[in-house]
Amino acid sequence: MFISNLEFMTGKKVTKHLGLVQGSSVRAKHAGRDIMAGLKNLFGGELRGYTELLQESREQATERMIEQAKAVGANAILNVRFSTSSITAGAAEIYVYGTAVILDGLD
Amino acid sequence: MYELVVTLILISLGYFFGRLAEKKHYKNIIAREKVMNSLPAMASRMPPQDGDYDQMLVSGSVVIANDYFKLFVAGLRNLFGGQMSSYETLLDRARREAVLRMKDKAKALGAEAVFNVKYEASNISGQSRKKMPVIEVHAYGTALRRV
Repeated sequence: MFISNLEFMTGKKVTKHLGLVQGSSVRAKHAGRDIMAGLKNLFGGELRGYTELLQESREQATERMIEQAKAVGANAILNVRFSTSSITAGAAEIYVYGTAVILDGLD
Repeated sequence: MYELVVTLILISLGYFFGRLAEKKHYKNIIAREKVMNSLPAMASRMPPQDGDYDQMLVSGSVVIANDYFKLFVAGLRNLFGGQMSSYETLLDRARREAVLRMKDKAKALGAEAVFNVKYEASNISGQSRKKMPVIEVHAYGTALRRV
């Protein structure tokens, strides 16, 4: 599966548009991590636990988007965007969406 | 009285460690940016049309929190309004760090440049007002690798 946030791929023609595909993932912060983050809050700086957590969550969302694209028979997703929103205290939703297409000459 | 002492200790701890960490981080960022200058990140949506390129989505992210001193200064600032430089440096550091991480990934893939770079910043600390702001900055773009 080919994924890009550009609107086309150089040298390849889009033969068919298959519409929007999306994936999302909601993750809550782990209490242990939260305590560590609270300590870290005093001195400022990066909260590595959260960075990892959100990265995992983003990967999962992308994975779900890819699954959906495969299901509609696409071989590429173009113009991919990410968005994050915090829904309640301690949980964040990661949403990723893009246009599923069939590119010519791509396996 | 007791609470005041605790708050003052927290503020001074935040001041010393926060300042130290910030200085160190800026030094680190500037050094890495010099190295990474060979791999430009661009906001342009039009990749070069000459030759064949592989495109790959790359991203970098960082979650940051303010230190206690900065929070205190920002609280004072809120009374009078105006520029909040303590938050500005925090976000500046986070954005640059996120881009550097994105470029690290692009470099590992052997890319020449990153196109259509987008930033996204979100507050993930939740709605409670008492809590410290915890901000995530995410940068992503399309890495181009010459075939």
